[in-house]
Amino acid sequence: MFATIRNRMILIAVLVIGSIIALIPRTVTVRERSATGAMQDVQVKRVPLKRGLDLQGGMHLGLELDQSTQVSADVSKDIDLALTVLRKRIDEFGVTEPVIQKVGSSRIVVELAGIKDPERAKGIVQQNAFLEFRMTDKTGALDAALPAMDRVLAQLGVKPAAGAPAAAKGIDALLAGDSGTKLTADSGVKADSGAAAAADTVKAGGPILQALIISGASAGASAPGTYLVPEASVARVDSLLRLPEVQRVLPRGIELKWDQSATGGLEPMRALYALETKPILTGTSLVNATPQIDPSSNKPIVVFDLDRAGGRRFGQETSRHIGDFMAIVLDGKVQGAPPVINSRIDRRGQIELSGRTIAEAQDLALTLKAGALPFTLKIVEERTVGASLGEDSVRGGIVAGLVGTLFVIIIMVGYYRMSGALAVLALSLYILFTLASLSMIDATLTLPGLAGIVLSVGIAVDANVLIFERIREELIAGRTVRVAVEEGFRHAMPAIIDSNVSTVLTAAFLFQFGTGPVKGFAVTLIMGIIASMITAIFVTKTFFLVWLDRKPHATTLSI
Amino acid sequence: MIRFFAHAKYDFIAHRRQAYLVTAVLFVIGLAALLGLGIHQSIEFTGGTLVQFKTTAPVDVEKLRAGLDAAGLKGAEIQRFGGDNEYAVRARTAVEGSKTDDTQATTKAVNAAIEQVVGAGGFTPGSGEAVSPKVGAELKTQALMAIMLSFLGVLAYLAYRFEWRFGLAAVLATAHDIILTICFIAVARIELSLVVVAAVLSMVGYSLNDTIIIFDRVRENLHKFRRSQLVEVLNLSINETLPRSILTHVTTLSTLLALTIFAGEVIRPFALVMFFGVFTGTFSSIWIAAPVLRMIEQKWPGVDGRGVKVKPKAVRSTVPQV
Repeated sequence: MFATIRNRMILIAVLVIGSIIALIPRTVTVRERSATGAMQDVQVKRVPLKRGLDLQGGMHLGLELDQSTQVSADVSKDIDLALTVLRKRIDEFGVTEPVIQKVGSSRIVVELAGIKDPERAKGIVQQNAFLEFRMTDKTGALDAALPAMDRVLAQLGVKPAAGAPAAAKGIDALLAGDSGTKLTADSGVKADSGAAAAADTVKAGGPILQALIISGASAGASAPGTYLVPEASVARVDSLLRLPEVQRVLPRGIELKWDQSATGGLEPMRALYALETKPILTGTSLVNATPQIDPSSNKPIVVFDLDRAGGRRFGQETSRHIGDFMAIVLDGKVQGAPPVINSRIDRRGQIELSGRTIAEAQDLALTLKAGALPFTLKIVEERTVGASLGEDSVRGGIVAGLVGTLFVIIIMVGYYRMSGALAVLALSLYILFTLASLSMIDATLTLPGLAGIVLSVGIAVDANVLIFERIREELIAGRTVRVAVEEGFRHAMPAIIDSNVSTVLTAAFLFQFGTGPVKGFAVTLIMGIIASMITAIFVTKTFFLVWLDRKPHATTLSI
Repeated sequence: MIRFFAHAKYDFIAHRRQAYLVTAVLFVIGLAALLGLGIHQSIEFTGGTLVQFKTTAPVDVEKLRAGLDAAGLKGAEIQRFGGDNEYAVRARTAVEGSKTDDTQATTKAVNAAIEQVVGAGGFTPGSGEAVSPKVGAELKTQALMAIMLSFLGVLAYLAYRFEWRFGLAAVLATAHDIILTICFIAVARIELSLVVVAAVLSMVGYSLNDTIIIFDRVRENLHKFRRSQLVEVLNLSINETLPRSILTHVTTLSTLLALTIFAGEVIRPFALVMFFGVFTGTFSSIWIAAPVLRMIEQKWPGVDGRGVKVKPKAVRSTVPQV
């Protein structure tokens, strides 16, 4: 199939183009915590080669169950629960491409790249999932408090966001999804020049929060105490609500909690709930939770069991609150629209998930169980790498790679002349292929991996050296150029294959038993060997064939 | 055409006794260093908390030590690394299970103690790094497992492609390299870290490579010169592969040189270990692997990969054996 030079060249071209495509920087969406403290999705353009923690800075945590406080019956199962909880929390925490993995049966590895506050990250990871049942506020306390809050904000000098709807436009415009009034989360507190009218309203204590927080009743929400905020404004509203001055105006006995996720639709909204401060029950009473399909409505639900004392208390509270709405709060986030309490619920209750999938029900069941995790996680391994140190390493590695490659080029061209130049050409393809294959298998490039790539540049020419030496031997033995090239490649092949296969074997075991950076090293090693076999054997031979084709009657070979 | 050692005819096998002597001497020195000095293990293996920091002006290490002792961080190690004013302090992470079993707490304590010595603003506090001893022990087991199993894998592969004799000789030569490299790590006071483990393992691959390329020539030449003695074939094969060995070692060493100079402090131990590995790997491929192969062949004379009986001691047999 690859007998003709043309076919060989086509294959090489395909490989090169494929590699270049694999290495083209692409846009990825990452969740980040903005300056205001809320989450937002950011578009970043970058080369699709993941850098390990040691190359970009960040935090590596190894976690185990703390068996010193309470012995777990089934460590592996508990670790699975903990894993689910950690994933959710870290997603909220806002880190670029977090790694959360179970290692072996009893350990979790968490890698957080570019973390700026390790202590907080550790807190998030170690805290227990906290489940609460809270009643929604029926008194409309937030509605009453909003004007007061806006007055406080006006006094503080907070201006409506640029392009914020004037009072006249208000809610209707927002609900209509008028793009002209769309708010951006990061527009901050700066008012632009066109906001003169808005400035007037500020003086009067005009709508800042009032313009952004829409009463749920008007939007058709069933539970009282439900409000809606356009997803784009969530960050701003959240940071404003956190201000201690604003908190002071909030009526006693009321707490505001965000929904876990936003609604879909043209303009996504996130629900904000006014809840009673005192929970009627917490997850410490929960003993089990299972996902099920409600036989009557055919929708997924989560059924939970409480312990004896919890059941008694839950029964009392729910019978008092029939007809009211109960929010299920996990780690401070409300899980979906609060369901109405239809009857007294004792030890066994159910959570309805309006319109959500069974997979989500399973997740919630897991998380609920996790909410009652009876253990804490202990940190057994912790490593923090400064981002600048990581960048230094990358720069140093690249310089070393360039200089090393230059050395190899000089040696190869100096020793093998024209053939050496062909080998160097193949070497550049080798580097391209290695990087591309690493990006294609989504490998993480670590510091030893980087060193491995640089080192492999020196070793990658070995196959060519073996071939060239064989060709020389054949030429010395008096073969014609064409025969010498053929024979040289043929004779060198067993040595190349045997030596490379045994290296791949060692690398494979290294991959199996290594951890972290060593594993990354093994991957680069294996990819490098495969790439070097392709380039040294196939690519160089093609170059030779092209060369010989141009000079069919050559009697000497520059080797 | 430039050609190094183009028609070399060295009698490598004849010098095997000298080679054994060299190996023996190196082993003795290395094992003495290993037992005497021990291996300096990194935080990844020992467990503990490592805090790296940079001071604005040079500080007396003794003063730092006194400061750490006063802060209750007894037995903390202080190391200089990288630039003149960069230090690393390794402290034991406080007792497991207690409230103080916390890297951040230990890091804070170390940073506070240093501030006592150099004054506020006199240094840039660094980040902490901590590993529990249990994790370290696991890492060691994993590295050993990886080496042992890759040996078995290579033995099996070479037994399949060549013959078990070749596999055994190659693995023995590589084991020789690993032991010597560990000794070298002890003598050169290189800190054993994960990066160094990666270096040792890539050295294993490199050394195996080298041996296999020579053995491949041996296999070919055994077939080609059926009537020659094994010693002759071994010598011939090593000499024939010499130009390749020289060139590949030169390219490898030059990339290692680039790594040593430019890649920074973290990679330097990796490059140093690999440097040593290139030399010991070459040495062992020539003077350990080949003579060992000959020894094995003498002890258990057998049939080579091509079904040709090789009798190392025998005089040339005139009858071709099939």
